[in-house]
Amino acid sequence: MEFIQGLLGEQAGLVVWTLLKIVAIVAPMMLAVAYLTLAERKVIGYMQLRIGPNRVGPYGLLQPIADGVKLLLKEIILPAKSNKALFIIGPILSIAPALAAWAVVPFTDTLVLANIDASLLYIMAVTSMGVYGVIIAGWAANSKYSFLGAMRSAAQIVSYEIAMGFALVTVLMVSGSLNLVEIVNQQGRGMGGGSILSWNLIPLFPMFIVYLIAGVAETNRAPFDVAEGESEIVAGFHVEYSGMAFAVFFLAEYANMILIAALTSLMFLGGWLSPFPASWGLLGASGFIWLALKISLVLFCFLWFRATFPRYRYDQIMRLGWKVFIPVTLVWVVVVGAWMMSPLSLWQ
Amino acid sequence: MLQNYFPILLFVIVGLMVGVGPIVLGKLVSPNRPDPEKLSPYECGFEAFEDTRMRFDVRYYLVAILFILFDLEIAFLFPWAVVLKEIGMFGFGAMLVFLAILTIGFIYEWKKGALEWE
Repeated sequence: MEFIQGLLGEQAGLVVWTLLKIVAIVAPMMLAVAYLTLAERKVIGYMQLRIGPNRVGPYGLLQPIADGVKLLLKEIILPAKSNKALFIIGPILSIAPALAAWAVVPFTDTLVLANIDASLLYIMAVTSMGVYGVIIAGWAANSKYSFLGAMRSAAQIVSYEIAMGFALVTVLMVSGSLNLVEIVNQQGRGMGGGSILSWNLIPLFPMFIVYLIAGVAETNRAPFDVAEGESEIVAGFHVEYSGMAFAVFFLAEYANMILIAALTSLMFLGGWLSPFPASWGLLGASGFIWLALKISLVLFCFLWFRATFPRYRYDQIMRLGWKVFIPVTLVWVVVVGAWMMSPLSLWQ
Repeated sequence: MLQNYFPILLFVIVGLMVGVGPIVLGKLVSPNRPDPEKLSPYECGFEAFEDTRMRFDVRYYLVAILFILFDLEIAFLFPWAVVLKEIGMFGFGAMLVFLAILTIGFIYEWKKGALEWE
């Protein structure tokens, strides 16, 4: 850092250094997104007794690159009746929040780009912006399918955001901080001494389940993918998109999945903490590898759900969101509050 | 304090660039051969019957309004949840009253059928 600042002056040096750090987060993210698409096809392939893509490169490892090049070379169609400017803004507005949220996501207790106290609030605010991309895209395309898809998907995303918000509130109650680093560190202080017994997973188990399912619904993944529902409204809000404009939507969806998986790992699964007691030497040591393993585990569940469950009907989705999750989370906020007030509290 | 937020601003800009970059690149690299059929809105092979900016179900508005109510409530819960350990029993009781009032409203809209999607 001193070297760059010496080269460019203090202000410009700081900007360049920060940009380098951002690229060091975004570039592996994009690679992870690309290989998540391959992992999805492989995992679902094996679950359906197929072998998945295996033609491009060894074990199909070059498949995401081939897909990218193909999409790059396809024409970007701007439908005649669409609002051209909004049509292009749509995909950009959906990928920017999915990436911008990573600014505050910690990778270990010291490795974080911006360690701000309101990091969870920032993530809530930024991820809520994603729904604008969906609505703008569906509206601007001026096609009935994309319009219907956008309305459905927007209503579904906002409905599940409430349940997600309540689940976050319980996490905040027990950790007493909005800072993600502090939330993870707090999970290391319980009676289990940082092992799996002290994670939020156990005392807040119902909230973990609600958060995970709401996360699947937020990202419009199967079995909550009525917004895309190939068999009824073809592809929902991005039916009119082609080429790179479509690819950006695709990237945004998978980047959001990784983000939700990372947040689940940080808030409920102890982040970079090892599941074993600290006295176990190397196995008990905390580190980025544990966070990566936990994120991969949650992502595998996302893919697993898609291979297992048939798609929900729209009224069933809304019923689950409003009539099951909101009452359950509301009650659990009160239960956790009472638990913390009682002498049995785990979080003194 | 504020310089902690500077990397976030930069990150938002980089995020926008990651969206803009591929689209511009795609526009430059890919062919551009428009024709009226290709540019018409997709409708299963038919000509579009009517305008897309049509009337749609009022329940979407209803969901949006209810969402604002509940999201605001969560915004109230956030600061309360962070300091719950310090404010103790009194703070917990005050929030119980607030949640009870909210629950009455929730029961009302449930009974009114605002949450039905049939």
